Amino acid sequence: MSIEALNLIEVLINGLMAGVMYALVALGFVLIFKSSGIFNYAQGVMALFAAMTLVGLQTGQVPFAHLLNAITGMHVTHFGWNMPSGLAILLTLGVMVGLAFLVERLVLKHLVNQEPIILFMATIGLAFFLEGFGDLMWTAEIKQLDVGLPGGLSEWFEGASMALADPEAGYWGMYVDKLDVTAAVVAALLVISLTLFSQYTRAGRALRAVADDHQAALSVGISLRFIWVMVWSIAGLVALVAGIMWGSKTGVQTSLSLIALKALPVLMLGGFTSIPGAIVGGLIIGAGEKLFEYFVTSDAFHGLTGFNIDATENWFAYVLALLFLVFRPQGLFGDRIIERV
Amino acid sequence: MFYREAGDFKTSYSDDGQTFPIAFDRWRYYAVMAVAFLVIPFLINDYWEKSILMPFLVWSTVAIGLNILTGYCGQLSLGTGGFMAVGAYASYKLMTAFPELNIFFVVLLSGGITALVGVLFGLPSMRIKGFYLAVATLAAQFFLVWLFNKVPWFYNYSASGQITAPERSVFGILVTGPNAAPWATYLFALVILTGLAWVARNLTRGRVGRSWMAIRDMDIAAEIIGVNPLATKLSAFAVSSFYIGVGGALFFSVYLGAAEVGEAFGIDKSFLVLFMIIIGGLGSIFGSFAGAAFMVLLPVLLKNVLVGGLGWPTDLAAHLQMLIVGGLIVLFLILEPHGLAQLWRIAKEKLRLWPFPH
Amino acid sequence: MRDTATVEPMLDIRNITLRFGGVVAIRDISFDIRQGEIRAIIGPNGAGKSSMLNVINGFYHPQEGEIWFRGKRRGPMRPHEIARQGLARTFQNIALFKGMTTLDNIMTGRMTRMRSSMLEQALWWGRAEREENAHREKVERIIDFLEIQSIRKTPVGRLPYGLQKRVELGRALAAEPELLLLDEPMAGMNVEEKEDMSRFILDVNDEFGTTIALIEHDMGVVMDISDRVVVLDYGRKIGDGTPDEVRNNPDVIDAYLGVSHD
Repeated sequence: MSIEALNLIEVLINGLMAGVMYALVALGFVLIFKSSGIFNYAQGVMALFAAMTLVGLQTGQVPFAHLLNAITGMHVTHFGWNMPSGLAILLTLGVMVGLAFLVERLVLKHLVNQEPIILFMATIGLAFFLEGFGDLMWTAEIKQLDVGLPGGLSEWFEGASMALADPEAGYWGMYVDKLDVTAAVVAALLVISLTLFSQYTRAGRALRAVADDHQAALSVGISLRFIWVMVWSIAGLVALVAGIMWGSKTGVQTSLSLIALKALPVLMLGGFTSIPGAIVGGLIIGAGEKLFEYFVTSDAFHGLTGFNIDATENWFAYVLALLFLVFRPQGLFGDRIIERV
Repeated sequence: MFYREAGDFKTSYSDDGQTFPIAFDRWRYYAVMAVAFLVIPFLINDYWEKSILMPFLVWSTVAIGLNILTGYCGQLSLGTGGFMAVGAYASYKLMTAFPELNIFFVVLLSGGITALVGVLFGLPSMRIKGFYLAVATLAAQFFLVWLFNKVPWFYNYSASGQITAPERSVFGILVTGPNAAPWATYLFALVILTGLAWVARNLTRGRVGRSWMAIRDMDIAAEIIGVNPLATKLSAFAVSSFYIGVGGALFFSVYLGAAEVGEAFGIDKSFLVLFMIIIGGLGSIFGSFAGAAFMVLLPVLLKNVLVGGLGWPTDLAAHLQMLIVGGLIVLFLILEPHGLAQLWRIAKEKLRLWPFPH
Repeated sequence: MRDTATVEPMLDIRNITLRFGGVVAIRDISFDIRQGEIRAIIGPNGAGKSSMLNVINGFYHPQEGEIWFRGKRRGPMRPHEIARQGLARTFQNIALFKGMTTLDNIMTGRMTRMRSSMLEQALWWGRAEREENAHREKVERIIDFLEIQSIRKTPVGRLPYGLQKRVELGRALAAEPELLLLDEPMAGMNVEEKEDMSRFILDVNDEFGTTIALIEHDMGVVMDISDRVVVLDYGRKIGDGTPDEVRNNPDVIDAYLGVSHD
C-alpha cells in the first residue's frame, strides 16, 4: 500500500476515535432528551465536573479550599491522602447521583410543562452554575487525571501498518493512541449495557414507557420524578465515563465543557432520540472533520485553489450539521415530522 | 400619589398606543434622557467610561438586537458573538478603505452588512426550529470567527492578526482611537443607541412586531392566518443582526480600539448577551437595558467588594460570578421568565393601585 | 332554511385524497361550499374532518384531487397566501398567541390587510400610524361585537377557555374573510356558552354575509344552525345534504350507531 493511502487510513482511524469521544457525550444528551424532552446543555459541564471531582477525591484535595482560605486566612489545600482510583470513581458516581437528585428537586420540578426552548436555556444556566461551582470547589487549574488506563502508542497499529507498507518506502507506522482504543471499547460496553438495561430491567421498561408517552406512563403508576432522577443519574454516569476518557487524554480543564458543543452537531446528524444515531453521528463528525482538515491542508488543495487554510475543525461539524438540517431536518435516524394543528 | 391613570383619559387610539401611557412615566423618561445627555457628559471620567458606561451602551444595543430575534420572534441564537465580529470587521474594512467616510455612516453601514450576513444564516430557519436553529447559529459563530482569524484580507494582513481602529471624528471631535475624550465616545454611542431603541420600540408596537410575536407564540397558526413565516423570520434576523452589527462596530471602534477576533467575539459573548435578555426580560426593550446594566454592573460590583474590599483573589470572584449568573438564569426562568422588566412592571402595577389595592 | 342551490359554489372540493405515508386520512372526497351558507362537516373522531380543513387552507397538500375557489382552480399555495385570498379559521385546540394581549391577537388577524413598509414602521411615520389607528377602529368594532371590551389588554394566556375561544373567533373575523373555517368552535363549552357562540356564528353569517364551514360534534347545534351538512367517516364521505336529509341517511345512522352491514 502507498504511504498516502496509509496516511489517509491513519487520519480516518484517528477521526473515528475522536468521534467515539463525541458520541460518549452525545449519549448523555440522548438519554435525557428521550425521557424528558429536555435538551441538556449542561451535559458537557457534567463531564467536566465529574472529572474534577474524581481528581479532587483521588488526590485528596480539600473542597472549596480557595474559598475557605480567602475567608479564614488559612492555607489548606490537601488532606494528604491518595485515594485508590476504584473507590474515587465510586464516590464520584455517588456525587453525580446526588447532583441528579438536586437538579430534579431544585430545577426540573419547577419547570414542568415549560416550552423546550425555556428548558434549554435553563440548562445553559445550570451549566454555568455547575462550572462556577466546580471551579470554586476544586479550582480551575489544569489537573492530571490518571486512573490507570493504558495510554501511549499502540504497537499493534504501528506494526500492522508497517507490515502493509512497502518496506523500501521508509514508512514509520501509524500513530494510534491506546487510550483512544480503550475509549472505543468502553463506549461499546456502555452502549451494550444501556441497551440491556432498558430492554430487560423493570426500571428500563419504565424509562421507555416515559419516553414513549408521559401521560400514559403516569397513568399506569410510573413516578416521573423517580424516572428523572434515574435518567439524570445515568447521564451522570455517562458524563463520568466521558470525563475520565477526555480528562486522561487532555488533562482536566475548563475547555472540556466545550465538548458539549461538539456533541450538538453529532445529535443533529444522529437524531435526538436514537442511541445508535448518536454513535454513528459521532463517528461521521469525528472522521469527517479530520479528513476535511487533512484535505484542505494538503499540498494538492493548496496548489489547486491557492487557499492556505487550517483549523477547520473549529466549524466543520457545525456547518455540516447546518447543511444536513436544511436538507433532512429530522436527522439520519429520526422519524419524519408530521405537524398538526 | 402622582402615579395615576385616573384623570389621564385617552381620547384617541394614538394616545392609547403611546410608549408611556402614564404621565409620571413620561416625565421620568424625560428626566433620564436629560441626565444622560446633559449631565453625564460633564461628569464622566475615564474609569466610568471604560468600565461602566461604554460597556452598558454597547451591550444594550446588542441586547436589543438579540431580544428582537429571541425575545420577540422566538428564534434562539447562539451566534451573537460572530455577528458582532461581522460588524466590527466591516467597520474596520470601511474605515481603512474609505478614510473620508464619516464614522457615523461607517457604523450604520456595518450594521447593514451584518444584517445581510444575518439573513444568510437565518435562511435555514425556514426548515428548522427551536434548538435545532440554535445549533445552526453556532455554525455562524464558529465559522465567522474562524474566517476573520484565518483570512488575512479581513485584518489587512497585519502581522499581529489584530485590528486597530484609526482615529475618526464627528464634527471635528475625535470619537475613535486612543485620544478620543470619554464624553465624546459616550455621547456618540448614546446618540446611536437612543435612535435605535426608538426604532426598536416602533417596530415592536405595530404590524412587524406583532408578526414576530405571532411566529414566536404559535408559528403554524400565524402562517394560517396570513403571516409569511419565512419573510417574518428573515426580517427578524435582518433587524436583529443590524443592531448586533452596530453594537459590534461600536464595541471595536469606539470602545476597545483594538481587537483580536477569538478573544473579543468568542462564544462567551453569545452567552453573555443571551443572559442579559433572560435576566432583563425576553420580549422587552426596557428589559434589554436592564439586563445589560445588570451584567455590566455585577462583575464590577463583585470585583470591588470581593477583590477590592475583602482582598480575595480575582479568579475566586470570577468563579463566584459564574455561579451567581448561572443560578440567576435558572431562578429567573423558574420564577419570572419575563425578567427584571416584569418585576419592574409588577412594582408599577402595585404603585398604580396604591393606596387602595382593591 | 335558505335556498342556496342556485348559487355558484364558492369552494369546490373535487376528489381529494390525502395520505400520510401508508395511512389514508382522506379518500376521494368531493363536496362544495356555496356563497353565503353555513356548511357543517361532521363525523366521528378520526374521520378526517380537521385534515379536510387543513387541506382547504393549504396546511396539508393532498396527493390527489383539485380545489376550485371562486371558479378558479387553486394551484399549490402556502397557507399564508391562501389566507390573503380571504380564508380565515379557528382551531380545535386553541391556537392563540399566548404572550400577546387580546387586542394584539385580533390586530394580528388584520395582518393581511396592512400595507405600510418596514421603513415606515421603523420610523412610525406616514402610513404606519394612520394605518394602525384605522385598523384599531375596525378591531374595536369586533371587540364590541363579541362583547370582550373588558379583556382588551389582558394577555390571552390568562383568559378562561370560553373567552379564549371567543378571542380566536375575533382574530379570524378581523381578517374580514369571505370563507370562515371553524374547527369545533363549541368544544368543551357549557350550554350557555354554546348558545352565545351559536348566536355569534349566526350573526356573522347574517350581518357580514360570511360563508362559514364548521366542524362540530354537538348534533343539536349542527342541525340548528347549518344549511347543509357533509358527513365523513374513516376518511370517506358517507352523506351530504340538508340537516333533514342527513338525519335520515341510513349510512350516517350506521356510522353514528356503529351498526355494521353484512
